[in-house]
Amino acid sequence: MAKVLFNQPSPLETKVISQRFVLEGSETLDVYLANDGFKAFLKAKEMTPEAIIEEVKTSGLRGRGGAGFPTGMKWSFVPRNHPKPRVIVVNADESEPGCCKDRLLIEYDPHQLIEGILIASLAVDAHVGYIYVRGEYRYLITKMEQAIDEAYKRGYLGDNVAGTGWKFDLTVHTGAGAYECGEETALLDSLEGKRGVPRMKPPFPAVAGAWGMPTLLNNVETYSSVPAIIRDGGATYAAHGTPKNGGTRLLCLSGHVNKPGVYEIPLGYPMMKAINDLGGGMRGGKKLKAVVPGGSSCPVLTAPECDIPMDYDSLAKAGSMLGAGGMVVLDEDTDMVGFALRVMRFYQHESCGWCIPCREGTTWLRKILQRFYDGHGRKEDIPMIGELSKNMLGRTFCALGDAAAMPTISIIEKFRDEFERYLERTTVAV
Amino acid sequence: MTFSPQLEERFAKLLTRYPAGRERSAVIPMLMYAQDEVGSITKELIDEVAKRCGVTPLQVDEVVGYYSMLHRKPMGKFHVQVCTNISCLLVGGEQLYNHAKKTLGIGHREVTPDGLISLEEVECMGACSWAPAVEINYDFHHQVTPEKLDQLLDGLRKAQ
Repeated sequence: MAKVLFNQPSPLETKVISQRFVLEGSETLDVYLANDGFKAFLKAKEMTPEAIIEEVKTSGLRGRGGAGFPTGMKWSFVPRNHPKPRVIVVNADESEPGCCKDRLLIEYDPHQLIEGILIASLAVDAHVGYIYVRGEYRYLITKMEQAIDEAYKRGYLGDNVAGTGWKFDLTVHTGAGAYECGEETALLDSLEGKRGVPRMKPPFPAVAGAWGMPTLLNNVETYSSVPAIIRDGGATYAAHGTPKNGGTRLLCLSGHVNKPGVYEIPLGYPMMKAINDLGGGMRGGKKLKAVVPGGSSCPVLTAPECDIPMDYDSLAKAGSMLGAGGMVVLDEDTDMVGFALRVMRFYQHESCGWCIPCREGTTWLRKILQRFYDGHGRKEDIPMIGELSKNMLGRTFCALGDAAAMPTISIIEKFRDEFERYLERTTVAV
Repeated sequence: MTFSPQLEERFAKLLTRYPAGRERSAVIPMLMYAQDEVGSITKELIDEVAKRCGVTPLQVDEVVGYYSMLHRKPMGKFHVQVCTNISCLLVGGEQLYNHAKKTLGIGHREVTPDGLISLEEVECMGACSWAPAVEINYDFHHQVTPEKLDQLLDGLRKAQ
């Protein structure tokens, strides 16, 4: 019997980091080893740390957790000669609404993640690592622990990794339900056993991260991309994408499409092709209204704005972001006032309360949007929603304030007519 | 306070996994796993975790107040979590949550009188491409319709 996957793979995919997903037993070390597993680590072991980092830079890999920072550059910031030991941290807190890709990387290919972590450990001279997994993913924590146990037993973790003499210890650490802990410095506080609130930067985690030690912190998908980069060369990986936007990434397609699912695509893949071909077109033959390109914090694009390639730079040019790959497709029947309210309810719930513009801003915005949605909106609320949102931009320790403000500003500006129609009470609430 | 042998083994190992003197890091994992066994975060549990991790009970208490998965009151034997965030919302997540409220006769973070089932409207839990999603304890259920939810709830009642 063929393996039952979360969704059927598409022939349109470019499979690099998801190529083993379909294999029976892909979560086991044996299947991993039989399919190129640990070739990259052994190759990296023969390279200098500088050469590993240079290869990652050549690949054009950019952080897959949302910010899109060049990975090779991030690795080069970690001081290898620091008197304190270096720490590797993996962000598996995946909680941006619209994103569900790291789940698959852990469930189907945990050893690829382990190998990516090990290569990173060579690059920054670290001997200890932690995978911070959101609490809701308990079944994945169990699966990751099984993979780690197997790797220890077979000598792919511990005091003599793959017989090379390299020492590395890896531990899975559970979160307990907090979107904010996906923010790197809040994650570190949470890892230290505290409330997850963001830290002042600088110092950046690369210099003073977990327990004040130099820390390399990347997303699951970022680390998972590294074995292929080292094995096949950075240039080969980069060639999948576009200049400055190397490689492939997992796209989480959701919303009003016929075939929602997680698909691996090269950077620069056309957004309309993702909707019409990968996604099988709009559900029920409806018209496209808007797209949230990379997770709920990204400014919404209207249908005419969606005729663009999906790479970091094209999305930035269009006034939005590629984010963490959570592409949510909205059809013509979507009520944008209700949608804006749901987004704001989320950010208000998740605001950690540390910064006043975010704590108060999200609360008042939720109240105003709720009032509007309930049919008690006032004309002056429309500009006020925009002003309150703009007041949060750039005025908070972490990006949660911006994450709440950006989609709201885009909705109020691009779908102002829907808010005005609400005033006339002509729109029927869903 | 002692836990099951499996949990004691987990906790003993956990405390060795962080740098020396950084046992505070074990607070959240310990609370999460202990809650599953004890049923909720009690005062006694807070004191126990504080003692084991070398911190004050207040330092544990403030963590409990922050994280949404840590409950001071017991939830049901089966904790039904329905996502209504954007991807689920677009394909019927809100209707599903309303259906669950009506069927169970309870609201957000409430428990049925027999203590069997509790309900929670949750934020995105990472099942967006297979929405709408429900998580019962730690088991994910994808593309859940009201009918499928009824079947799941029936299954829980029979499983007790």
